[in-house]
Amino acid sequence: MNEMSQTPAFDLGKINVILATDCGSTTSKARFFKRLGNEYRFVASGEAPTTVEAPYEDVTLGVRNAVREVEELTGHKLLSDEGIMLPSQGNTGTDLYVTTSSAGGGLQMLVTGVIKTMTAESAERAALGAGSIVMDVISVDDGRRTYQKIDRIRRLRPDMILISGGTDGGSVRHVLGIVELISTAEPKARLGVGYDLPIVYAGNKEAREQAKKILSSKFALKIVDNIRPTLSRENPEPARDAIHELFMEHVMSHAPGYDRLMKWTSVPIMPTPAGEGKMFRTLAEMREVNVIGVGLGGATTNVYSVYDRKFVRTVSANLGMSYSICNVLKEAGIKNIMRWLPFEMDEVVVRNRLRNKMIRPTIIPQLIDALVLEHAVAREALRLGFAHHKSLARGLRGIQRQRDVSDLFEQSMEEESYIDMMRISIIAGTGGLLSHAPRRAQTALILTDAFQPEGVTKLAQDSVFMMPHLGVLSTVHAQAAMEIFEKDCLVRIGTCIAPKGPVEAEGSLAATVKLDLPDGSSRTEEMKQGEIRLTSLGEGKFAEAEIKPRSNLDVGAGPGKELEVKIEGGVVGIMLDGRGRPLALPEDDATRRRQLVKWFRAIDAYPQAVLDRYEKALVR
Amino acid sequence: MAYTPGLKVKKETVVQKTRRLPIPGEVLVKKDDVVEFDTIVARTKVPGDVETIRASQILGIEADDIEELGQYMLKKTGETVRKGEVIARRVAFFGLSKTFVESPIDGTIEHVSDVTGQVTIREDPVPVEVRAYIPGKVVSVIPKEGVVVDTAATLIQGIFGIGGETHGQIRVAVKSPEDTLTDDLIDSGDAGKVLIGGSLVTAEALKKAAGVGVRGIVSGGVQDKDLRDLLGYEIGVAITGQEESVVALIITEGFGKMRMSSRTFELLKSCEGMDAALNGATQIRAGVIRPEIIVPRAAVSKGDSEGEKAVVSKGMQPGMTVRVIAEPYFGAIGTIVSLPAELQEVESESSVRILEVELEDGRKAVVPRANVEIIEL
Repeated sequence: MNEMSQTPAFDLGKINVILATDCGSTTSKARFFKRLGNEYRFVASGEAPTTVEAPYEDVTLGVRNAVREVEELTGHKLLSDEGIMLPSQGNTGTDLYVTTSSAGGGLQMLVTGVIKTMTAESAERAALGAGSIVMDVISVDDGRRTYQKIDRIRRLRPDMILISGGTDGGSVRHVLGIVELISTAEPKARLGVGYDLPIVYAGNKEAREQAKKILSSKFALKIVDNIRPTLSRENPEPARDAIHELFMEHVMSHAPGYDRLMKWTSVPIMPTPAGEGKMFRTLAEMREVNVIGVGLGGATTNVYSVYDRKFVRTVSANLGMSYSICNVLKEAGIKNIMRWLPFEMDEVVVRNRLRNKMIRPTIIPQLIDALVLEHAVAREALRLGFAHHKSLARGLRGIQRQRDVSDLFEQSMEEESYIDMMRISIIAGTGGLLSHAPRRAQTALILTDAFQPEGVTKLAQDSVFMMPHLGVLSTVHAQAAMEIFEKDCLVRIGTCIAPKGPVEAEGSLAATVKLDLPDGSSRTEEMKQGEIRLTSLGEGKFAEAEIKPRSNLDVGAGPGKELEVKIEGGVVGIMLDGRGRPLALPEDDATRRRQLVKWFRAIDAYPQAVLDRYEKALVR
Repeated sequence: MAYTPGLKVKKETVVQKTRRLPIPGEVLVKKDDVVEFDTIVARTKVPGDVETIRASQILGIEADDIEELGQYMLKKTGETVRKGEVIARRVAFFGLSKTFVESPIDGTIEHVSDVTGQVTIREDPVPVEVRAYIPGKVVSVIPKEGVVVDTAATLIQGIFGIGGETHGQIRVAVKSPEDTLTDDLIDSGDAGKVLIGGSLVTAEALKKAAGVGVRGIVSGGVQDKDLRDLLGYEIGVAITGQEESVVALIITEGFGKMRMSSRTFELLKSCEGMDAALNGATQIRAGVIRPEIIVPRAAVSKGDSEGEKAVVSKGMQPGMTVRVIAEPYFGAIGTIVSLPAELQEVESESSVRILEVELEDGRKAVVPRANVEIIEL
């Protein structure tokens, strides 16, 4: 099975009205689309708290509330007592209802393999690729003793287990050791007690029969082709498809209210990261470039990369902006969060504020200081999420390679990510915080500070958070999804030009940027070291740029070498970022805060009056 | 946003608790039995931990001959073994070479694998007991699993807590909900009690409480920094209840110095001297568990979860009482004046759905709808 095969056939010509929802961990978001003339466009949105948890324990209540907002805003009636009205007739009903979901903790998986850096890593990539959260990776050589592994497996209560191990035709002993380990531990499923925990076996095919003998009486076992048939080949698709299938059949159907929601939808419910990933992948394929995408959610941070056509998706459980905000505090440390604040705030206050967001995850910043604090946490959540992503976006390990002299200088390459920021053309963000940032310049700076793009990189964002919706829609109606994506979803923020290399002399010239504009005019901008600033180039506008960096800096053509490139404008414009790569913030608190105020002011990230207030406070 | 669920603060309600074993076992009480806080209602034994031994390797069996392992086993699957007991033996070279496998633990042979050559031994079962937690009547028995206990009680849910189930006599340790619970307000006579504070409990007070054997503390707020210092680690994801060697702590309002709501404070005050069950366990997502104080009493009124579902279906209405749960009006209580449909820009420049609220002190305020919770009076 693949993502498409369960999709029933639709008469696409008759689809005029589309309703899509995403049941997030914190919020359920409804998006309403219509065919207007010859094209599909976004019309309205509605949001309401997700109601998977007690006391409601019924996801459809939150969906109804979100859809009701759409009804109020548009006057188009969509809800009936039974659910969503299908098909549309005038100002009632919809022709298609689709949804994604990450509520109730998303899809939580336990992954196993024989060797940590080989089959276990391939299995982890496959599980993440399916949009799941990986709770733990158990392998023969993970350093834990058997009883510790069994104890861990028992306590986890995952939604599903993926077993990998061994190449086809190789030894069956180790993978069967893992199978026996799971059989002995007898883990129970997270949701509900009355059903068998689903297991996907994607290990050595020679061990299938024995694995079946050991597991089939206790678990809902599904056997698929080996995830790593040979050392040099990774084959994640069969496992990924099986995960999606079991997700629908076994997991979603046991989450509160999903049995009903599944009846409402026109096509199967898709995990949110799977929907999101589909759109980032489409973006990379359409433009034929390397893309990094990120979905910064309330509970998780999902990072996607399409690099030299290779697609990798990671879901960092527990890095998020509401439920998981204090885990960002724990993982990043309070100092790393506070380093992004342009004002003095007692650590005690910062901690209490983050905790209060954790215990009441649906609150939104009413005051600007609260917004700036959330943006500080977002930078750290993205930084950590990207570090996690890079630890999996790397070549297959365990392959014997012929080495020559040049390899001596690249011995660490196998261990490091293949992602070279200089070769990333687009960084795009979605998720509540990024999509709802009051100024697009805020998103631009958050993405830039967290991912630290090098050279010339386009920045984009999801306008009002609809990428997951369009991802699941694209499985039914690719044309509608693409039209809406291009016109209403993808906001071109602008382009970031950032030379790679350290700041050597603050205020001195980092690069000159000559822009030849479409109207025949041209202008030359100076980028200073340690500074960031904007130069305007509107959305949909292109310019031919000649970028000449200082001798120690590189914009893509090599240190000191000039680069000629076509650049695209956006709602924010062109960001000339001379702050150095890697970006280093001043250690001294006062100096750093002054620097932040200066940067925020230069790109108009926050209201000038607020920045004046911060500046005055620093002088005192 | 349409609705943020509030927390229960109920003078009289029926509290029902399902007390369940983690795996099937024996239920020790009958329907209609009256139980106390510490009555053991069900008991079982959970399977012990397991140990695996690479028996074939120890015995020197070649990889191709692993299926022969069974013939060297002296103990078969299901047999009990003691630590140090020989469970397998291999004699080779006409008796010149003897190798043995000894059990590293007391337990039972669970599995002998002729594929991996491993022997799995499971330790003796560990007894597990479930207590009633609240005094009351057993209203139903779940065969082999546990019981449902029902009691008429005052129920107060907190917003966050640490520490598991406990019980003790309530003593209000402060004069007003604005007061801070400091260490000098606690003495040795508080052993076994549940102390009620006001807006804040200090780090010193938490330490002293643990020292004298206080069972639990209820406070409007606590500084996160003090909590971290007390636990010795940072709480990442909000799942608590397993903390060891700390006093169970429940905060009713939030982190920081937070005046306990008058209603909560007065209700707890009216329970002074009574025995209360208390549980600090909190889980913000995946099944939302809020910490709770349950004070059993005589009067009875019906539970209200259906009522809450009705609220969420109906949404907010003018005239409803709400509490603001974010800056700049954090903690203020007021009445909804209006709910404009159109989006409005707030100071952070976010365009959000808002409501106008008249606060208790007469001020009128505009607040994002997401930043209030409906409270029942």
